[in-house]
Amino acid sequence: MKMSRFNVVSLTLGFAFLYLPILILITYSFNESRLVTVWGGFSTKWYGVLFQDERFLGAAWVTFYVAFISASIATVLGTMAAYVLVRGAKFRGRTLFSGMIYAPLVMPEVITGLSLLLLFISIGLDRGGFTIILAHATFSMCYVSVVVSSRLVSFDRSLEEAALDLGATGWQAFRLVTLPIIAPAVAAGWLLGFTLSLDDLVIASFVSGPGATTLPMRIFSEVRLGVSPKINALSAILIGMVALGVIVASLTTKRAAQRP
Amino acid sequence: MTDDVFAPWNDPGQSPLIRYANVTKKFGEFTAIDNVSIDIFPGEFFALLGPSGCGKTTLMRMLAGFETPTSGIISLGGQDMGNVPPNKRPVNMMFQSYALFPHMNVWDNIAFGLRRDGLPKDQVAARVEEMLRLVQLQKFAKRKPDAISGGQRQRVALARSLAKAPKVLLLDEPLGALDKKLRQETQFELVDIQEKTGTTFMIVTHDQEEAMTVSTRIAVMDEGIIKQIDTPASLYEAPNSRYVADFIGDVNLIEGDWRGDTLHWAEGQTPLAVQSDAPVGKAWLALRPEKIAISKDQAKADNAIPGQVIDIAYLGNLSTYVVEIPGGQKIRAQATNARRLSRRDITWNDTVWLSWTSTAGLVLSE
Ligand SMILES: Nc1ncnc2c1ncn2[C@@H]1O[C@H](COP(=O)(O)OP(=O)(O)O)[C@@H](O)[C@H]1O
Ligand SMILES: [Mg+2]
Repeated sequence: MKMSRFNVVSLTLGFAFLYLPILILITYSFNESRLVTVWGGFSTKWYGVLFQDERFLGAAWVTFYVAFISASIATVLGTMAAYVLVRGAKFRGRTLFSGMIYAPLVMPEVITGLSLLLLFISIGLDRGGFTIILAHATFSMCYVSVVVSSRLVSFDRSLEEAALDLGATGWQAFRLVTLPIIAPAVAAGWLLGFTLSLDDLVIASFVSGPGATTLPMRIFSEVRLGVSPKINALSAILIGMVALGVIVASLTTKRAAQRP
Repeated sequence: MTDDVFAPWNDPGQSPLIRYANVTKKFGEFTAIDNVSIDIFPGEFFALLGPSGCGKTTLMRMLAGFETPTSGIISLGGQDMGNVPPNKRPVNMMFQSYALFPHMNVWDNIAFGLRRDGLPKDQVAARVEEMLRLVQLQKFAKRKPDAISGGQRQRVALARSLAKAPKVLLLDEPLGALDKKLRQETQFELVDIQEKTGTTFMIVTHDQEEAMTVSTRIAVMDEGIIKQIDTPASLYEAPNSRYVADFIGDVNLIEGDWRGDTLHWAEGQTPLAVQSDAPVGKAWLALRPEKIAISKDQAKADNAIPGQVIDIAYLGNLSTYVVEIPGGQKIRAQATNARRLSRRDITWNDTVWLSWTSTAGLVLSE
């Protein structure tokens, strides 16, 4: 079927609206000129400058380990929660619990950040990389459990029963049968958690302390002093990582869905 | 009955391997299994037969340990299974969906149970090879379940559930997903494997032909209760109710008033003579089509009713005649086709006589 003129125009407009700013940003990150809005020829020098910058490298490292560890914690907790909510014996208030686990998805980030900050202060936890990890694990866990439970719902229960029937313990049945089959969904959940953590500015700003600055925080604080091409380069890198994460996550989810 | 006939259920000296004692299972308010008692003996090929939804799977899953009876006791070899978890029962189940592990190849699927027992590697390998030979799948050992045919998957599932040499093998509609021809072949294979391994089989099916072909005894179920447990031949020849008579094979049921020696079935018609000790009262005469003779002239027999041929189904070796008798009921009579078609003298709309002996039918009051 050929697309009508109207469809072509609205599609183009829609995508332009979505991606033009990002495209401009990426283009200007290769700008020779020091001025952000004046094109002075192609160059990768701002990337070079960026990689010389200690503060950038520090922030990159914090961002990376926070994302890695928080995604891993979220994956374990989220998978466990999904398993119990989908599989576990029906207990009173199960529907309430299922609902509650999704609540942080719609909670304003400011509120999540603020409440976590209050929690950390009240239990006297020193704020820094560790608290960001905890905070990120908290909200990523919801996403992981959403992804994993949608896989578990379509999972043939008799596979687990067959494992038990053949002498496996509950844990063996999970480890040898369930987990390998839902692995793509678990991996997609992890990637999602990783990407969300890379992305986050609001919650990280609330719960971080001195010495723990993530890339989004770094960008935000530098932009306040004026946009430099260096920031464009940094943003472009971040966009690339997030895009990669989302693409891999959606591919693994798709593969997971195609499995029997 | 001679000694070499396999009939442990008639031998008071034998004790059952599986015993369901007054088992009831409720799902909420709904009673899926209602006070069922069954004894199954070692070496039996026992079939649970009934329409879809009558509770066959539930009955089987309680023995495997996946459902807990609401009341009653299930024991295996004299031991109450009440507190034994599924992975500790000497019972293996072949699932209706086969439940093959999709991420493991055929070999690993079969080895799964053996490995859980912590058997040494070489023993696992030897046993898996033996199972592969038994189901003739040696060539497919390295394939994943999605790379083999439905019939092969069925055999992998069978091999996997037999690998641990369980005391009892449970088969839930094992042949349901196969086409008719493959199903018949597999039925004989199943019987063969059951005899070879000496395992007690309990099979669930809604196909009466399948149950008749493979089993030593059949429990006919209806809505959570057992209507009758007997050998295929006894169920066919001596059903205890209209439900069983109708479920097992084809039957004509003539309703009437049973007076102890004759059934008064229609105003102004000669009562039907039957030898039966059924209690007098309202009853049905159950007559199998092949026990009724059909002829153009009135035959000398205990019972003879006139009628008109309204349909003939030609089945090759047999023909089924549908005959309308006085009162309008349609009776099916079956005759073997000993003569060529052109020589047979009964055709549509002919007036014929149906006749049978006084021992041909059964009087059923239920
Ligand atoms: N887990 C369950 N919860 C509620 N009802 C069930 C459950 N399992 C089975 N049933 C009901 O019990 C009845 C018997 O089911 P089943 O044993 O699967 O029948 P069959 O195998 O003879 O087709 C059906 O009406 C079914 O809906
Ligand atoms: Mg069933």
